[in-house]
Amino acid sequence: MRDVSIIGVGITKFGELWDKSLRELGLETGLAAINDAGITSNDIDALYIGNMAAGSTLQQEHVSALIADYCGLANQNIPATRVEAASASGGLAIRQAYMAIAGGFIDIAVVGGAEKMTDVSDSESSYTVSMGSDEQWEAQAGATFTSLHAMIAQNHILEYGTTREQLSSVAAKNHYHASLNPMAQFPFALDAAAISKSGMVSTPLRMLDCAPNSDGAAAVVLCASDKARKFTDKAIKIIGSGQASDTLSLHHRKYLHRFPAINIAAKKAFEDCNKKPEDLDLIEVHDNFTISEIIALEEIGIFKRGEAAQKSLEGETKLGGIMPTNTSGGLKARGHAPGATGIAQIVELVKQLRGEAGERQVKNAKLALAENHGGTAATAVVHILEAE
Amino acid sequence: MSVPRFWRELDTRYNLIGSYCKITDTYHYPRRSFNPEAGRESIGSMEDYQFKGTGTVITATVVHQAQTGYEMFGPYCMAIIELDEGPRITSQIVDCTPDSVKSGMKVKSVFRKLGEDSESGILHYGTKFILLNNSEDEETEEDTIENIEL
Amino acid sequence: MSGIVSYGAYIPSHKIETGEIASVWGADGSAWAKNLNVYSKSVPGPDEDVITIAVEATRLAMKRAKIDGTNIGAIYTGSESHPYAVKPTSTIVAEAIRATPNLTAADFEFACKAGTAAIQTCLGIVGNNQVENGIAIGVDTSQGAPGDALEYSASAGGGAMIIGNKNVIATINHTTSYTTDTPDFWRREGQKYPRHGGRFTGKPAFFKHVLMCGKMIMDMAGSRPEDYDYVVTHQPNGKFPIRAAKSLGFKEEQYKTGLLTPRIGNTYSGAVFLGLSAILDIAKPGDRILAIAYGSGAGSDGFDITVTDKIAKMDRSETVEDMISRMEIINYATYAKYRGKLNMGDSK
Repeated sequence: MRDVSIIGVGITKFGELWDKSLRELGLETGLAAINDAGITSNDIDALYIGNMAAGSTLQQEHVSALIADYCGLANQNIPATRVEAASASGGLAIRQAYMAIAGGFIDIAVVGGAEKMTDVSDSESSYTVSMGSDEQWEAQAGATFTSLHAMIAQNHILEYGTTREQLSSVAAKNHYHASLNPMAQFPFALDAAAISKSGMVSTPLRMLDCAPNSDGAAAVVLCASDKARKFTDKAIKIIGSGQASDTLSLHHRKYLHRFPAINIAAKKAFEDCNKKPEDLDLIEVHDNFTISEIIALEEIGIFKRGEAAQKSLEGETKLGGIMPTNTSGGLKARGHAPGATGIAQIVELVKQLRGEAGERQVKNAKLALAENHGGTAATAVVHILEAE
Repeated sequence: MSVPRFWRELDTRYNLIGSYCKITDTYHYPRRSFNPEAGRESIGSMEDYQFKGTGTVITATVVHQAQTGYEMFGPYCMAIIELDEGPRITSQIVDCTPDSVKSGMKVKSVFRKLGEDSESGILHYGTKFILLNNSEDEETEEDTIENIEL
Repeated sequence: MSGIVSYGAYIPSHKIETGEIASVWGADGSAWAKNLNVYSKSVPGPDEDVITIAVEATRLAMKRAKIDGTNIGAIYTGSESHPYAVKPTSTIVAEAIRATPNLTAADFEFACKAGTAAIQTCLGIVGNNQVENGIAIGVDTSQGAPGDALEYSASAGGGAMIIGNKNVIATINHTTSYTTDTPDFWRREGQKYPRHGGRFTGKPAFFKHVLMCGKMIMDMAGSRPEDYDYVVTHQPNGKFPIRAAKSLGFKEEQYKTGLLTPRIGNTYSGAVFLGLSAILDIAKPGDRILAIAYGSGAGSDGFDITVTDKIAKMDRSETVEDMISRMEIINYATYAKYRGKLNMGDSK
């Protein structure tokens, strides 16, 4: 098994990108990553694409071929694979490429994720998102994706006494980070009080507890570590990778306030590199809802169960705290394009580990973790990155 | 939902038909031909079972931004309900003030319209739940979520 | 002798008051309530319709009878507001009580007496031993056009009668009908609301048929009004049934139990079923009941019924009165939303 490094990254602005098609987004971010890596298309052995919803929002399947074609890679008959696991599509695409390189099958892969959520109406994109849950037995019964997380939040509150103030602090902190990120969808700070008073979506989750459905794209270039030096001296190694699944529907779970798949995926990633949560300098987690960030922090082991919410309120997850979380702004403020999100997390960590994160740089960032999940964490993917 | 896909689950939706696993003496909803806990042995040992329709609210939320097809309900209650026989089901609780539903309340099944494909399309029917009147007696300190609307 | 093996009813849990409707049109609510003798009417929720009500009523009848779907050989649902113009309510009810596939089914239409026509049909096929038990269901969620007099009374509800030869809780001793082509009230295919002949719906329509049928059935049975403990007729408002009962010679203590319209409105095909259910909820062995349905277009079906001692063993909880007492008041805006009166356009 070989080591794998990230030699290039690219990301588009996230938001309502009316002028950009899925193809354009894929091309833009792919080119950015390739240029950053200093490679040409001749160097690419395979393309992996993370995309959740092209079938629903664009009536387009076979997205791998679409992007390969538009980027000119189909002219060279480069193998292209689309990976889908709802919002974990991006992180999972990276893992697939990672395993192919680690296993010696290929040397260099471009992994891109893109999504066009705004090409359909709000109600359609909202229904599409609920396809990441059990469409037949949850969505059809009237459960919106938010309502499932609202029930998760209810149980976390029941179990640990989590408060409104604590939930709001998570979103406020992510917005503060986004105000330092020019590629973020909402690059402005938000007052926790405003978050606490925003419109109710599904009790107790309010509008500003919820990440948007965005357009956006991100890409990375993975390369066998022993060949990475040829292209860059800023390679970042993937030293741990874990993945786990859980029941699709919430009503088949044992606990309603936990995401065990994240716990298992994280444990596996830590075992790979013999590291512990306290060794990390920063993390990116999948905050599709404020409660998800809190539970992810507990599942990864950053904080003890029941303590993440208060630690967030105390500022420990903010730049300068003991575990800067989502310096990109997270899904909430950087934006959430399901296929791209997992890759955008890696892009942020790579920039941080290279020391290129500008105003939001975590000092001496050497070790970082990205947690990406799909549905109510029916799929969880965790990667640990280390500056070489 | 497509006609065949809906039709295939009629019994499951209309009559709360699930499965009983003879190997582990456990109940499952919706109907399935395999019980992961019993493994391969369970194939062929899963019997159809009709649930009584009574259960307990495990958790509930008031949905203010409706799922597609549910816009006419105004804010409505969505809950995870544990049927008396064990399995859990996600369902709307109707005919009540949505925020009056609390964990621990008893519910029973009713037959309601779930939706329609369009004005000219097939109507979908199935099971929802209503509160049982004696639910107030069942509430205990630990079951009640105080001030959940944050 | 054939008769009623079991019965079930269902009334939705929402209601709107006459005064609330009147205030929308700038009319005098208490005058309307007094004139019609209708003070409130039931309103189905947005997830309720003739099919859901038929299922709930039939399931209650099945529960009381302690029989299962395999004992049912026929299901007929009568309504003028079936959700489908083509695809019968009865097959969905059949599936929902697990009576499929060994049964016959069809839907009936005859304005407000579609369900009682189904009772007569069930008596026929039970009587000649074609089936062991048949279910006749009368149910409606009819609407009155906004601002029309019918808006105060058109409501939702229904009942189911299981008809059979064995274990009957009430024998149907005689049945007869009086039928003519009288165009008092109609709805054309594709139209949302019905139209009616105003005052023409009274003497030449409702009263002529109900009174003639009443006389015919009592002739047939050789009975007089005083022989009956209860009488229930169709009740489009709270006044007509009282006048009809009195014209036939009945007294208030006989008609009051089955008279539900003043509180729940006119449930059309469900009316006689619900009135009869309210009576069966409290009837004692030996009680005799006269039931006369009326459907516009026009016709009346009459039934002479005697309660047997088997009714004493039946679980008669979940009564019509229980259903009425759980009803909660809604306002006109909610009513309009629930009844699909808001033009949503093609907005999504």
